[in-house]
Amino acid sequence: MGITVSLHSELREALGEKYVLVEPEDVIVYERDGSIIQVMPEVVALPADTAQVAAVVRAAKRANVPIVPRGSGTGLAGGAVPAEGGVVVSLARMNRILEVDPRNRTALLEAGVINLDVTKAAASHGLFYAPDPSSQAACSIGGNVANNSGGPHTLAYGVTTNHVLGVEVVLDDGQVVWLGGAVPDTPGYDLCGVFVGSEGTVGIVTKALVRLMRTREAVQTLLAVFDRMDAATQSVVEITGRGIIPAALEMMDKVTIEAVEMGSSLGYPKGAEAVLLVEVEGVREHCDRAVALVREICEQTGARQVKVAQDAAERQRLWKGRKEAFGSMGRLAPHYYVQDGVVPRSRLPEIMREVAAISTRFGLRIANVFHAGDGNLHPNILFDMRTPGELDRVIEASDAILRACVAAGGSITGEHGVGLEKRNSITLLFSQQDLDAMAKVRKAFDPDGRFNPAKVFPTPITCAEMRLVPAKIPAGLWI
Amino acid sequence: MDLTTGTRERGNAGTRQATSVLSIPELDACVHCGLCLNHCPTYRVTSLEPESPRGRIHLVQAASQGRIEPNERFGEHIYLCLMCRACETACPAGVQYGRIAEAAREVLGPPGSPFARAVQMFAFRRLLPSLRRLRWVAVGLRLYQRSGLAVLVRPLLPRRLREMEAMLPQVPDRFFSPKAEVLPAIGPRRARVGVLSGCVMSVLFADVNEATVRVLRRNGCEVVIPNAQGCCGALNVHNGETVAAKAMARRNIDIFLGSGVDAVIVNAAGCGATMKEYGHLLHDDPAYKEKAEQFGRLTKDAAEFLAELGVVPPQGRVDLTVTYQDPCHLAHGQRVRTQPRILLASIPGLRLVEMDGSDRCCGSAGIYNITHPEMSQTVLSEKMRMVDHTGAQAVVAPNPGCMLQLRFGGKKFGPNVPVYHLMDLLDKAYGNAGTGERGNEETI
Repeated sequence: MGITVSLHSELREALGEKYVLVEPEDVIVYERDGSIIQVMPEVVALPADTAQVAAVVRAAKRANVPIVPRGSGTGLAGGAVPAEGGVVVSLARMNRILEVDPRNRTALLEAGVINLDVTKAAASHGLFYAPDPSSQAACSIGGNVANNSGGPHTLAYGVTTNHVLGVEVVLDDGQVVWLGGAVPDTPGYDLCGVFVGSEGTVGIVTKALVRLMRTREAVQTLLAVFDRMDAATQSVVEITGRGIIPAALEMMDKVTIEAVEMGSSLGYPKGAEAVLLVEVEGVREHCDRAVALVREICEQTGARQVKVAQDAAERQRLWKGRKEAFGSMGRLAPHYYVQDGVVPRSRLPEIMREVAAISTRFGLRIANVFHAGDGNLHPNILFDMRTPGELDRVIEASDAILRACVAAGGSITGEHGVGLEKRNSITLLFSQQDLDAMAKVRKAFDPDGRFNPAKVFPTPITCAEMRLVPAKIPAGLWI
Repeated sequence: MDLTTGTRERGNAGTRQATSVLSIPELDACVHCGLCLNHCPTYRVTSLEPESPRGRIHLVQAASQGRIEPNERFGEHIYLCLMCRACETACPAGVQYGRIAEAAREVLGPPGSPFARAVQMFAFRRLLPSLRRLRWVAVGLRLYQRSGLAVLVRPLLPRRLREMEAMLPQVPDRFFSPKAEVLPAIGPRRARVGVLSGCVMSVLFADVNEATVRVLRRNGCEVVIPNAQGCCGALNVHNGETVAAKAMARRNIDIFLGSGVDAVIVNAAGCGATMKEYGHLLHDDPAYKEKAEQFGRLTKDAAEFLAELGVVPPQGRVDLTVTYQDPCHLAHGQRVRTQPRILLASIPGLRLVEMDGSDRCCGSAGIYNITHPEMSQTVLSEKMRMVDHTGAQAVVAPNPGCMLQLRFGGKKFGPNVPVYHLMDLLDKAYGNAGTGERGNEETI
């Protein structure tokens, strides 16, 4: 207790009274992110700058308590949930865009900057920030770095790690260092790369220097409508197989379309088994040619209809439906649970048949909306947590899907991260030796295991025990 | 019924009762995605999740499960909310945040110190239900403002009261008092409509009400303004008072449904949103539930109604560059966004320059600017910066709260440009037609 009191007062001294939360009616809000796992933090600290982050880290070290970094709390794997208590460090106040440099096409950002705000700030220079998770209107750059986030447009442009040139980080002893830098390929080990995707387990990212890209001359969006899922997945295989890399190649199935169109009419055909949303970008001539090719392929594989968005408004309507698809699931069922498996693109047709079979076998409705071009599945299992036993079946079904993905040569997560949720599934992919090697890397940065403990690495505690479920918690999982 | 009794002390509703009142189905729809965060004015200012829609929903959920007490700290989070409902527009799952926050406020009762709570309860239960009493208070306030008393008293007030005093609007010379209850359409009759006089509108904005009636009549509407109507109860509902609010709703429902109108027209966005939701307010009143829903369907914002009816194009010019502030309870509460812009576009000579974040709250939010002056003015200063960027000569904001707030903002932060109601400008445009007859001087 004595330690706690001195930790609180030390934090208050560094951050000010207002930005150190300890009352239950304050900290309870930070017990969850976008996942269904919740654990109450003891303290929430909201530093205003890097120096204050360092002060928090030093105070936590002295008090010997865990540190859990949090951006906007939109993560889907429980990465921001303080599994072992301690201090949650919210980077939300550090939301300044420090510089947009159009000549070098970079932006210097604080960790709490909202993803979409980067593109808004760069737009007047004809530039944009490419990684665009569906949560981009809310999620933070720091969170994107921690989870190496993707998005619909990362098919063509790559994920976060391809766009981060350098990061400023606070290490476990409170030291502030820059890793990477303004020029690509700095010599020595790629320590910046260690931080990207580390899920907050090696230190706290406080700033990021990111790459900006030139806005393309032309963009065209197609919607291909299919009466059979097989034909839709086969089209994806054909499109990428012919060397066409669209900026985005997304799939939505019948159940997802139903959810999306319940909100507002956005132009998705109700009743179709699947649609592909294909976006091509580039110089005008390339776009025209790519549109013609994609249309031809889809028609050959059996699309009922292929239409091209006629104007920006129609394009935006289609994308609105896609980006809000996960949130819309709340309209179909009180809870849903999304998985994030990956398979090689060529295996898409068989994995989707497998997902359908799992849906039937477990008697659970599954809505599919995902980055088909990347082979990155997002099956949303719809359920009601209040029905006894249903949650267990959901967990079993989702485990079956992940196993099928791994068996097909894929992975257990494409972009949501491992977090708390999948830390035990990680053994499907890695041997004990692999995990030991990773643990050594982590230990080099975080010898006490203070940064975001109980994440990524498997532990004997199962997720079911972590899920402190009061009668009604709406599950919230989406990309 | 004595409306002053039953004032609840904070928290004496008891945890058990609180948990049952708070266990509303709307909570289940929130999937915790966080897409609302950046749309919330108080989260944008504070970066604190307890001051965000998702955070507040989580707090209400936790209180409904008995995991936290609906205590004072809880109340501070619930009442720092502006109730702008921008989160409802942002929410992909269609969560009705307003209903969740209203349920929490019902458990808490009005905000502030015991004195502030008593003042509000008096206002909600004694003044607002009676337009006559409200006018006497307004007369008193007018006397205070005009007699020089205000100048004497102001320096003596403590800082907080002085800030609140500064927010008080100037009471104009006359109140809204139409000559007849039914006014004929000008030209062929296209509809018979009721008009809500409103509490604030009829006391502080008689000119806007008159303009609204003239515009409706010029659009072929026979206008019914029942004398016996009253305040809609929106301020009550937003501040946790539902007893008087329900009585006020029933009165308006009876009066307007009995007057045989095709629509009930409202020129105050907050009132319109509340009236459209009377069905929810009276959902547990079997005698009124259905009538309330019918009344809700008849309720139309003036701009919404005219755009749907097909506005008669004004012939006169209004040479002015304006920017448009979407009132929260119009854009988010009623999803009315395009209709006011259609009407603005119909005015010859008028040019609309959109501001960044036109549908972001101005910080007025009913009585929020008085209960939370600091947050209100932080939000307002940002709004005025956006207004300034447009270079507009005037702001159009079809809601009394926004108009008062933006006028105050113009004086305090600049640019000090006039603030009009949409109906003002339409009325001017009709009045400026070449006939020489100035419509806006014609009394009603």
